[in-house]
Amino acid sequence: MSMRTVLHEADIARALTRISHEILESNRGPQDLVILGIPTRGVTLADRIATLIGDISGTPIPVGSLDVTMYRDDLHRNPTRTPRPTQIPAGGVDGRVVVLVDDVLFSGRSIRAALDALQDIGRPAVVRLATLVDRGHRELPIRPDFVGKNLPSARDERVNVRLAEIDGLEEVTIES
Amino acid sequence: MRHLLDTKTLSREDALRILDVAEDMADTQQREVKKLPTLRGKTVVNLFFEDSTRTRISFEAAAKRLSADVINFSAKGSSVSKGESLQDTAQTLQAMGADAVVVRHGASGAPRTLATSGWISAGVVNAGDGTHEHPTQALLDAYTIRKRTFGDDSRGRDLEGLRVTIVGDILHSRVARSNVWLLHTLGAEVTLVAPPTLIPQDVSAWPVSVEYDLDAAVAAEPDALMMLRIQLERMNAAYFPTEREYSRRWGLDPRRLKALGPDSIVMHPGPMNRGLEISAEAADSTRSTVLEQVTNGVSVRMAVLYLLLAGERPEQDREDVR
Repeated sequence: MSMRTVLHEADIARALTRISHEILESNRGPQDLVILGIPTRGVTLADRIATLIGDISGTPIPVGSLDVTMYRDDLHRNPTRTPRPTQIPAGGVDGRVVVLVDDVLFSGRSIRAALDALQDIGRPAVVRLATLVDRGHRELPIRPDFVGKNLPSARDERVNVRLAEIDGLEEVTIES
Repeated sequence: MRHLLDTKTLSREDALRILDVAEDMADTQQREVKKLPTLRGKTVVNLFFEDSTRTRISFEAAAKRLSADVINFSAKGSSVSKGESLQDTAQTLQAMGADAVVVRHGASGAPRTLATSGWISAGVVNAGDGTHEHPTQALLDAYTIRKRTFGDDSRGRDLEGLRVTIVGDILHSRVARSNVWLLHTLGAEVTLVAPPTLIPQDVSAWPVSVEYDLDAAVAAEPDALMMLRIQLERMNAAYFPTEREYSRRWGLDPRRLKALGPDSIVMHPGPMNRGLEISAEAADSTRSTVLEQVTNGVSVRMAVLYLLLAGERPEQDREDVR
């Protein structure tokens, strides 16, 4: 078994800054943006991206979390998952530009679940997807709009994202 | 979790997990679309051998909010009144493909028999059995106390140091028994208040203190005062002289409500006998949690059904998961 680090602390920071600029550029400014992270690490990344966009544009950006546990299609194949809190910013999502944030994009099934969860909360004008790592192997017709790093991987390899707030260190590793 | 049969054997960890998942379920009930797709394709059977409206409706609402299919079975007017045994009834439900059976039965231990006999593979939830237990009621009571005490800061917390006083017919009450065990597990101090005739004989083995004077219990300003229903249908052995005397000595009248601390909450599992164990003033006061308990009941039962049904089934368990 081997493990190598593909993103270091500075790489992660650079990737998030670039994603933040790209979000602002594609939206032509900060108006109507709502950033929603998918637990666990997506929430941390969403917080950072919202802060970055807020700093760049000078406008505070609403940020929250969107739990997808109860919308997953693989619940009966795994031990019972404990749901995580969903926190939608006070303005809601109706008519807003929602950017979903996840740490690793793999099969696309979490995002499918997130889209279903979002639909039960309201009707955004647009939904975009940002991910720190896209490792390929999609099982659904889903693609990210903003990617930190494209990481070609074998299906049986493990990609681990570690963030300071949760894991005490900052890195992305790939294990095989 | 495979079954929910009682709170006596429920671990602190499992109890907190149910309460925390119930918080998430409650959040989803604030949304525009309250229905979750989580248990689509699962079948929940409400098997009620005793009359019940609110518990059955609460379980039905919980199952439907999670998109499960619900089959209601009540003993009245069914094959049970023709003499069918519990085993045959259960196996019939199994053959229809029930994934969970919510059972209320007049005999203490019937849900455990159902869960352990091997007649069915479905998960069993005890919705009240004889004078034994009513675990989901205790869980929703604990949830209500926690929510009133800690508000949005409730997740992950137990009830350490809170004082809960339960008043009324302890002898026949499965609600009281389930509450005693659960509240004790969660770290609360429990006091029972009742006429001596309505205190069970084996109470010395319970982790509670017993008091016979409601005024003294009220003066101690408990965090929660839980009034139990006097089950008039069971009052056939002269446990107290008259309803009026019971009401004067053990009822929560306006005077006692006033004497109760401003931060104490008043709970009642329902249905209430207004004017007997609880006065209208107490039932309708801002300190009363009666309607919150009903709302919270749906969230707690959603959590229980989720934890019982959403994960993989034990027969599919892989060893490495454990």
